Amino acid sequence: MSEKLKLVDQVQAINWNRIQDDKDVEVWNRLVNNFWLPEKVPLSNDVQSWATLTPEEQQLTMRVFTGLTLLDTVQATVGAVSLIPDAVTPHEEAVLTNIAFMESVHAKSYSSIFSTLASTKEIDEAFRWSTENVNLQKKAHIVTDYYRGDDPLKRKVASTLLESFLFYSGFYLPMYWSSRAKLTNTADLVRLIIRDEAVHGYYIGYKFQRGLESATPERRQEIKDYTFELLFELYENEVQYTHDLYDSVGLAEDVKKFLHYNANKALMNLGYEAMFPSSVTDVNPAILSALSPNADENHDFFSGSGSSYVIGKAVNTEDEDWDF
Amino acid sequence: MTTIAVEDRPTSTHPAEAGEAEGPVTDASLIYFSSVSDNTHRFVEKLGVRAARMPLLTREPTLRALKPYVLVLPTYGGITGKGAVPRQVVKFLNNKQNRSLLRGVIGAGNTNFGETYCLAADIVAAKCDVPVLYRFEVMGTSEDVDRVTKGLEEFWT
Repeated sequence: MSEKLKLVDQVQAINWNRIQDDKDVEVWNRLVNNFWLPEKVPLSNDVQSWATLTPEEQQLTMRVFTGLTLLDTVQATVGAVSLIPDAVTPHEEAVLTNIAFMESVHAKSYSSIFSTLASTKEIDEAFRWSTENVNLQKKAHIVTDYYRGDDPLKRKVASTLLESFLFYSGFYLPMYWSSRAKLTNTADLVRLIIRDEAVHGYYIGYKFQRGLESATPERRQEIKDYTFELLFELYENEVQYTHDLYDSVGLAEDVKKFLHYNANKALMNLGYEAMFPSSVTDVNPAILSALSPNADENHDFFSGSGSSYVIGKAVNTEDEDWDF
Repeated sequence: MTTIAVEDRPTSTHPAEAGEAEGPVTDASLIYFSSVSDNTHRFVEKLGVRAARMPLLTREPTLRALKPYVLVLPTYGGITGKGAVPRQVVKFLNNKQNRSLLRGVIGAGNTNFGETYCLAADIVAAKCDVPVLYRFEVMGTSEDVDRVTKGLEEFWT
């Protein structure tokens, strides 16, 4: 490699008793509290369920997970690491090392799923597919190119779009299986990954917005234009990738709604307004409730009948009452 | 959009009348907490109604509500939901008058947090016997803003 290795310019002993940005501590604590390993999830309970999938469904699942493995690998070894020299506080550097490590845990956890459910031959076949699928390779290359660029804000945009958007064509499938009571333990594991990615996208998006605060109006416009251009480029590719994967099972249109929904959240993590209108973000309610049991809008007083609202008892509160 | 009048810092700083922990008073019908990420703040700004923001730091004196209000808050914490209600909001609601004037809660969150999505809104609603009026993600879409604007109008009439 001819590029000069980029590292943090100057390293000083990190002092966690002098904090410049409280968000660094908050996110560090959250990530540490969220720490998990795939060995804690009883994946082997999915073996019987796996056997009920058709060969096409099994192949789709393997391919989806190798695709996710590739993205997690990019994020662990290139993405999160490339953000470290741009960090403005030493604590941000530390948070990024945590993010990089967890991405490696995510990548490895798909191998745990594979070894539990599939044969070596099937695993090797799926990994071979991941190196040969044009659209999967393209999305990894697009993002990696921006990580190698020389603009710290653009790197954060690429990273946030990866964390908050590009994973979701893949995350759809385990939520779909879970909504049909299949591969439920695998879905539990993937939910842990989704939760981590949500923190990562939030944090990197936040740091992006802090970085943008001191920028000139022209520079802000440049970055905004860049963000939407990159999103469109990735989106077009993502639609192709979605068809590659899901046409065989007739789910592509459903997956695309999930993509739009998540693209909106990726933009919001960067501080931009959502772009896709609600007419194309109406995600299948079964998928939403597989993601979060609280996501059903009928629980809301304004939008639903309010019938699910249960009257509680008003009580005096003390600090310890809120400690849960 | 109508005029935006979000009070980043409440203007009034009358001392408390009867020995309650002093803090700025507000007669806004929307009171919210937003961390430095400003996600909830941006949502409230888009509503275009007068609103009061709680202080960022827990050690600062909290707000005192004078009129019935709706609370908007994000969820903190991790897997178990422990610490879901931001400390600043706990401090605010430990004030009896603040608690008695609370009429409803709006939660901010992200469905990617699974079971803890908008958990803080549920906890406050159950504890204070008021409904969860609405949930939105990150800083809310334009549809969220429309629904909440309309919903609040109807709620107060």
